[in-house]
Formats: sequence, structure tokens, C-alpha cells
Amino acid sequence: MDELKNKVKALLEAKTVKVVIGYEEGTGKKPRALFAVKPEDASKLIYDSRCVFNLATYITKREIKGKGKMAITATLPVMRSIIQLASEFQVNDNNLLVIGLTPDNQVIEFKNLAEVETFIHKFEITIESKYKEALEKLGKMSRTDRWKWWIDELAPCFKCYACRAACPMCYCHRCTVDFNQPQWIPVPSHELGNLEWHIMRAVHLTGRCIDCDACANACPLGIPINLLNKRLLEDAKKHFGGYQPVLKGEHMMSTYKPDDKENFIR
Amino acid sequence: MSDFEPRIVAFVCNWCTYAGADLTGTSRIKYASNVRIVRFPCTGRIDYMLLLKAFDEGADGIIVSGCHPNDCHYTSGNFHARRRWIMFRELCDLMGIEIERIQFSWVSAAEGAKWADVVNTTVTKIRELGPYTEYKKVANRPAKEVING
Repeated sequence: MDELKNKVKALLEAKTVKVVIGYEEGTGKKPRALFAVKPEDASKLIYDSRCVFNLATYITKREIKGKGKMAITATLPVMRSIIQLASEFQVNDNNLLVIGLTPDNQVIEFKNLAEVETFIHKFEITIESKYKEALEKLGKMSRTDRWKWWIDELAPCFKCYACRAACPMCYCHRCTVDFNQPQWIPVPSHELGNLEWHIMRAVHLTGRCIDCDACANACPLGIPINLLNKRLLEDAKKHFGGYQPVLKGEHMMSTYKPDDKENFIR
Repeated sequence: MSDFEPRIVAFVCNWCTYAGADLTGTSRIKYASNVRIVRFPCTGRIDYMLLLKAFDEGADGIIVSGCHPNDCHYTSGNFHARRRWIMFRELCDLMGIEIERIQFSWVSAAEGAKWADVVNTTVTKIRELGPYTEYKKVANRPAKEVING
């Protein structure tokens, strides 16, 4: 922990970066994001098991980006998000420095994003067994039961868009759901709108979601919306051999193979 | 359910299936009149939201059709579309949307007879499945709404 604080302090003192994004103690024993701009802010940094939300959300925000070069304390999912964002030209070596918090509690200061990429490729994106079981259970239900299950599960959703705000990949300045000409998705908290919103969210994250669970953690009603993303992650593996964020190269959904297999087109 | 006439929306690409459907007509092949054709520049343009909107607006079935692989006017539109459909279908399956109601097909400009067959089999299938009341209920539309008379 001290190692992390010292590193951040040194970075800010040397003025290598203008802002460091990390976790700090918030209200109600919930951590919140810290944007350290002065060397003394480094002492506020924390990192423990409660720090689950994805800090990469902030690196695409104009308010933060506008400050100048950023540094971010990044766990493995955050590092994955960063590489995905870099491949989508949202961040680059010139405006982001990554301080990695590795799964074995080490603090690594990466020289560039290419190093981060090499690091994350050591770890497969794996779906936790509890989610796998939940998906299997859903798979065994009849189709009508599944439909009812989702309609009930999504019923409390009032589209606060916390899932969107928490997701580092949802950085569009204008989201499809905000469009009203044409109005793709009905705004009221209504079964149809909820259904369409969650389908849309999941589809837009296909091949980009890195399974950080930030959306489900952010949901004030505890709707298991990450199940949709996890299922698509599994399907990506099944049909296209899975994916890992890469700095250069094609994304799963922006490329194709002439011999992609399917069994439903006649 | 004998008076049930399925309402089917067909999203087709301009270069193959639309021309194919045209050929069906000029060849004077009779096929079910339940289908409403919507023409797109390419299958790659057919957004999954449009399929959802079709169900929302009261469609009982959907046909999505375009050029055969390797025949795309824009080289790769149908390949991209295929990837998207594969993933979208899996998601619909998880959500419990009746995926049998969406028929994907490749119909070239020379396959007038195939188009008639695709439409006819889809209409028969939807007739068996009945109106898509589940989705209509969620979309808050009466099951027997009359559009265009």
C-alpha cells in the first residue's frame, strides 16, 4: 500500500502526470474514485477488496482528460478496459500512465500500454462458476419461463443508466437510448423499454465487454444484467474462439471469417 | 385461430434478395401475401434494433435476407451481418425471445423460386406458432390491432 502511495506521490511531485485516478474512502464504508492532483492527495489512496468499480470509466471523460496526462491505478479488469479503450483510440501512451495492481498484490508501473497488453494476455478472461451455474440454470428453463424470468427480473429497472455510467466501454457522447428522433427505446420504466434497453446494451458490448461486473455492481436494484454480457462472452468463445483486448488488430465484431459457422440461415 | 393472418416483415438487401423477390414477381410465381418487404442497401445495414422494432410494431414473424456469402455488393457486408446475427440470436435465445420467428436466409437475384419458398415456409411456420402475443403484451398493443384496414 505504501509502495503505491509513494509511487503516486513521486509522480505528482515530479509533475510527470497532472492527475492520478485511484480509490479513496467514501461515505457509508463505500470507496469512491479519487482524483489526486497534489502530492499530498496520495495519502488518501486506498485499495482493498471493496474497490470493485472500474476506474477506466473516468479516463474517457472530458473533465479528467482535459487536465492533462493521467495516471491510473489499475486492477486486472481495469487494465483490460484500458487496452480495449486504447484500441478504440480513446487513450494512448501520451495521455495515460498505468500503475498496475496485479492479482498477486504487486504494484507495477508500466512504461507503456504495450507492456500492459503483454501483462493482461497472461490471464484468460474467465467466467466465475456461480455465473456459469446461473446461465446453465437459465438454459435449462423452457423458453417461455426464460422470457417470464427476464421480464420479472427487469421489471424494477427504471433506467437510471447507472450500468451505462459505470461501464468504461459506454463512452458515446450520445447513446442510442438518448435519441428521440426516432425514439428507439421508450423512455418510461416500462417492460418493453427495459427489455430493449438491456438487449441494446448487451449487443453494443459484444466483443468489447471484458467481464468486470461494474454494471451489475452499479445497479441499485441488483438486477443481474451482467448475465447477458457473460452469455455473449461464452458465445464468443463458442463461435469465434473468444477474444482478448488487443492494441492493434481487428475486434471480434468488426472482422469476419468467410467460413464462420452457423446453422440457422437457409 | 383460423382467422389469424400472420404479419411478416422482410428486411432484404437491395442487390440480391430484393432483386430475387422482383424476379419471383416477374416469373409470376404466386406466394403468400403476408410479407411486407423493407429494402436496405445491404444486410450489413440491418440493425438488430429494427428487428425488435418490427416485433414491437406488431409483426408475428421476420425474414432477414441478403446475398449469399462472397456475393455481397459491398464485398463483406453479409459476412459482418452474419457475425452479428449469430451473436444476436444467442442473446435473444437467452432472453426468451422466440427465435423461430426470425428467419434468416440468403436469396440471390436469380433465386425467385427460393424467395417464394422462404416466404411460404415462414408463413406456414408462423401460422402454426400463432400470433406473437407475448411480445405484443409487453409492447402493450392489442393482439388484433388492424393496420391498413
